[in-house]
Amino acid sequence: MTLSNQVLSEVEYNVVGKRPVRPDGVDKVTGRAQYGADVKLTGLLHAKVLRSPHPHARIRSIDTGKAEALPGVKAVITAKDLPFAALSREELGGDYNRLKFASDHMLASDKVLYKGHPVAAVAAVNAHVAESALALIEVDYEPLEAVVDVRAAMRDDAPLLHAELRTSSMGEIGDKPSNVAAHLSYEKGDVEQGFGEADVVVERELTTASVHQGYIEPHNSTAFWNTDGQLNLWTSTQGAFAVRAAVADVLRLPVSRIKVTPMEIGGGFGGKITAYLDAIAATLSQKAGAPVKQLMTRAEVFEASGPAPGSWMKVKVGAKNDGRLTAVQLEVAMDAGAYPGSPVMQAMTCAFACYDVENGKVDGYDVVVNKPKTAAYRAPGSPQAAFGVETVMDELCQQLGLDPIDFRLLNAAKEGTRRIEGPVARRIGFVECLEAARDHDHYRTPPEGENSGRGVAAGYWMNRGFQSSCVITVNFDGTVSLIMGSVDIGGTRASIAQQAAETLGIAYEDVKPMVVDTDSIGFTFITGGSRTSFATGLAAIEAAESVKAQMVSRAAKIWDAAEDDVEYADGAVRHKSDPELRLGFKDLARQLATTGGTVAGQSNVDPAGEGNSYAVHLADVQVDPDTGKTEVTRYTAIQDAGKAVHPSYVEGQIQGGAVQGIGWALNEEYYFDNSGRMMNPTFLDYRMPTSLDLPMIDTVIVEVANSGHPYGVRGVGEVPIVPPMAAIANGIHEATGLRLRSLPMTPGKILEEQWERNGG
Amino acid sequence: MPGVVHVQAKINGEDTNFLCEPRQSLLEVLRDVLGMTGTKEGCNDGNCGACTVVLDGRIVDSCLVLGVEAQGREVQTIEGMASPGGLHPLQQSFLENAALQCGICTPGFLLASRALLDAEPDADEGRIRHWLAGNLCRCTGYDKIVRAVIQVSTAPEK
Amino acid sequence: MEAFDFVAPKSIEAAVSILNENGDRARIIAGGTDILVMMRAGRRLADVVLDVKGIPELDEMSYSPEGGLTLGAAVPCYRIYQDEAISAAYPGLVDAASLIGGIQIQGRASIGGNLCNAAPSGDSIPAVIALNGVCNVAGPNGTRQIAAEDFCTAPGQNALQQGEMLVSVSFPAPVANSGANYQRFIPRNEMDIAVAGVGSSVVLDASGENFVSGRVALASVAPTPVFSRAAGDSLAGKPVSDEAIREASELAMADAVPINDMRGTIRQRIHLIGVLTRRTLNNAVERARGG
Ligand SMILES: Cc1cc2nc3c(=O)[nH]c(=O)nc-3n(C[C@H](O)[C@H](O)[C@H](O)COP(=O)(O)OP(=O)(O)OC[C@H]3O[C@@H](n4cnc5c(N)ncnc54)[C@H](O)[C@@H]3O)c2cc1C
Ligand code: FES
Ligand code: FES
Repeated sequence: MTLSNQVLSEVEYNVVGKRPVRPDGVDKVTGRAQYGADVKLTGLLHAKVLRSPHPHARIRSIDTGKAEALPGVKAVITAKDLPFAALSREELGGDYNRLKFASDHMLASDKVLYKGHPVAAVAAVNAHVAESALALIEVDYEPLEAVVDVRAAMRDDAPLLHAELRTSSMGEIGDKPSNVAAHLSYEKGDVEQGFGEADVVVERELTTASVHQGYIEPHNSTAFWNTDGQLNLWTSTQGAFAVRAAVADVLRLPVSRIKVTPMEIGGGFGGKITAYLDAIAATLSQKAGAPVKQLMTRAEVFEASGPAPGSWMKVKVGAKNDGRLTAVQLEVAMDAGAYPGSPVMQAMTCAFACYDVENGKVDGYDVVVNKPKTAAYRAPGSPQAAFGVETVMDELCQQLGLDPIDFRLLNAAKEGTRRIEGPVARRIGFVECLEAARDHDHYRTPPEGENSGRGVAAGYWMNRGFQSSCVITVNFDGTVSLIMGSVDIGGTRASIAQQAAETLGIAYEDVKPMVVDTDSIGFTFITGGSRTSFATGLAAIEAAESVKAQMVSRAAKIWDAAEDDVEYADGAVRHKSDPELRLGFKDLARQLATTGGTVAGQSNVDPAGEGNSYAVHLADVQVDPDTGKTEVTRYTAIQDAGKAVHPSYVEGQIQGGAVQGIGWALNEEYYFDNSGRMMNPTFLDYRMPTSLDLPMIDTVIVEVANSGHPYGVRGVGEVPIVPPMAAIANGIHEATGLRLRSLPMTPGKILEEQWERNGG
Repeated sequence: MPGVVHVQAKINGEDTNFLCEPRQSLLEVLRDVLGMTGTKEGCNDGNCGACTVVLDGRIVDSCLVLGVEAQGREVQTIEGMASPGGLHPLQQSFLENAALQCGICTPGFLLASRALLDAEPDADEGRIRHWLAGNLCRCTGYDKIVRAVIQVSTAPEK
Repeated sequence: MEAFDFVAPKSIEAAVSILNENGDRARIIAGGTDILVMMRAGRRLADVVLDVKGIPELDEMSYSPEGGLTLGAAVPCYRIYQDEAISAAYPGLVDAASLIGGIQIQGRASIGGNLCNAAPSGDSIPAVIALNGVCNVAGPNGTRQIAAEDFCTAPGQNALQQGEMLVSVSFPAPVANSGANYQRFIPRNEMDIAVAGVGSSVVLDASGENFVSGRVALASVAPTPVFSRAAGDSLAGKPVSDEAIREASELAMADAVPINDMRGTIRQRIHLIGVLTRRTLNNAVERARGG
């Protein structure tokens, strides 16, 4: 730990809060860890997907004859091979639209809705042959006009993606087809009155582009449909149970027929929850009678997995001259991609969650467009909203002549603050984060260099609970096996093992965590939403408590004592009144075999006590006035982690999220041509930051304990991506005097703004 | 129809013979023909560095090398980085500094970092950031990776 | 990728005869950093791929202060910047060689490949033009030379005829009081395609106060790299001054005929040509003065 990474702890534990080496680390630094693409099975076939070259078209016909005849090809499928093709509208009733969307998302039946939409798939002896076969499939398309801009898609005369989609608005269903899938609205107090009381009102429109999670490992899936009708899947996913459910749904199978083994996963950030390939690989495997492996190319990842939505926003805020907010309002439209389901609701709930304000109103629209269906990306919805709200708040501060941190301290959400959509905050650490930012060396030192500026922005994410299951078995050498269903993307084996070790009072090294398949553990929700260290951690703690209770009763049995007279403390059992009777965990473990066998603790949790996360980021930027290029020269991220179980991995989450945000702010975007085709599906042209584009990312972990967890843990993975875009925009303003209101803030846009300011 | 070619190369110090099609990249050969899956694919077009290997002493992206080009040459991969005696100091430093999250980029970063420190043992932060710019990591924001390399470098701490 | 045969000829004659026989269906691989990407994307097809790195003339660099530099077409970038004598004599070439791709790409990518690939954005090409590079070509009818500024003919197309290959690029020995520089503009700091790029070289008189001559070439602002003769010529005989450099940069801007695409707009690119011409000329002057 260096001064660059501070942890402001109030409570110290033995294992929780320490920085042990992760259990899967050696495998990952030696190349031995098995990721999804590394799966090897006897007789393995390789699959490729034929994808639509059009952003919007009707499929008139598909002829797979020539592809099937190519030597080495073992199976070809289209949407006709999915169960949906044989199901009638009558059978499905109210479920028709939902299942059609799910099935068409796997393989398009009547229409393609984005460039990259799967239309057929081939399994062959190797990937090169499969690729050659794709070129032999003849698809007759009738191209249709496409719409990729969210506002354009909302217009009455916009091309319609789905003939049957109608707007659901506060429980009412619209009377004609529309690309607007839903309109949501929340209100608190009276915004008209609030704006009336304001001395200053700022109202702005802003936009953000589609961006991708950018995980380095492409999607993959290997399927083997055994002759007994049992389907095995090995895949890279944030949730093995989510894959099982999705495949069961599309293939109309009971979940018990499917076993999903989650392989090591090369990044996800929300993007590896949707199962894109598994149902296709399974169907090919069934048809070919052999195991089938399918890997996406990088272009497929960009064009056909889920990006985060582009958005349009109108933000309005009003305050008194002393800085007190009187009213806030947001209208936000998010593109869902080809099928409904953008995170617009999360955008609405997060937008103003940093502020305690009487009057607020938020309206949101979920809009389908001819882009790949969007997926979750770290704090889904919140970063877009924060870009809008936090830059407008900065403008308000500027107009009022207020320091941005003082202004936020004055209006900060705290325990008891009621959010616009209703919930009341429990103990949260936003004020503590703001104070830590204000007192940080970074904030007290002016930004360095010419044409430089500093931006401040805050962010919020609610965090998640949901179900987790854990088993802890005691080995006779005194170690324990910790079995869980949460896949480990960034060190959760370590952070959950630490919580188990802490609870049992044993050494971290004596806990052997493992992530298992869906047949080997109870239902566990995805790794995502900043829930794993919290919820699966809770499950591990409860399983450990159960082990402790059983160790107590075993000792009582050995000592022929009453259970009530035996207690568990500091990793040992002891008789409450006879100091002679004491057994360390290892000593007792050694006796288990001869006194009735091992003990195992099991726990299923569905906790509601997740604590909200808040963050404050400070960004120093330098803008080259000749080229419009922005360099981030210093960056500090401050965040309330509740309790950082493994501070290094908490810092890692913060740094990684902040850097994704820096990319989103400055360069990352889906670039579409006039007809709606993505033009930049490579890492060359989708410009994620390299090591050379960044300074060190300093962190401050604030610890305001979450009362919903024994060690005070809050989720940490999402909120770091929320403030960066606004922090950088505010920094660019200080450096140049320009307000950038559309993401990304590329050099080209900054030049254009400069020219406009200087009169063309 | 062109067939398969016999190639002889030294891989991690071992004389190795394999058959491959000319169109197979060195990355495909390592992973699919030789079963050495420690070398990773992130993009297959030279932009991510996950497939980094050492070819005759230089780091290259193995997705942009043909397997047949390895004929008579020496290839080093992540599988050869640790010795039976233990991890390479960089591997140890990556573990201790939490320089990996998902780990998919890690083999590439390790080989690239080793090549740098072999050539320039005193590389400083700026040099390390420049050298590693051909390796993308999406999880860490590079901070802990750069720190892990600095720790092994002999450059004076700033 | 479709299947192909692989050959590694050891002589120019052998390579030329394979090229001549197979026409378009034979593709040369040097570093492979363009050709493999293109073949994988189906943008280039081949029945036979020729690895030319085993041909001595393509794999050699020879430099003498009198004779100048002959750079084998397949020599990877890193060998150029690792050579101290060449780095000292041709820093303008080294600028380009050390910013193509990242370290891994530079372990393979060649200047010859960059020229033959003939991308408007090819970073080494303006540097080669500014340095008066000449392309040495071998073919069925013997050898010929093509000035670097005449080598690229259209996006992805070069002046090579059926059966011809690039053997090497020759650079005259640097004269006293000369300097060169290449710079490009990219949104990131590495691993990016030039939005615009400029290579400049200057010769000053003995006092270091006056331009004797200059050459300026541009990337990413036309279907091919552009030799801005007017910009370079405008410097001749003028005192070194902001004024002279500004005039040259305006002439360079006038030679830029870019398009709008996802990497930049017309206005942005022309503006950047002005900025980069000024920056590279100032840098070249500094180098010419021994800075
Ligand atoms: C990740 C990445 C980053 C890149 N970054 C840059 C960059 O920053 N700047 C830049 O300019 N380029 C960049 N490139 C493109 C490429 O690396 C360069 O153009 C490089 O110089 C090509 O050289 P090569 O030896 O690899 O060529 P190859 O791919 O081997 O060949 C390129 C073309 O030239 C032909 N050819 C090669 N040698 C000869 C010869 N002797 N005679 C006739 N024809 C020949 C080939 O058939 C092919 O058509 C990048 C590429 C990648 C993958
Ligand atoms: S897989 Fe080779 S560079 Fe990305
Ligand atoms: S650790 Fe996941 S990409 Fe680097």
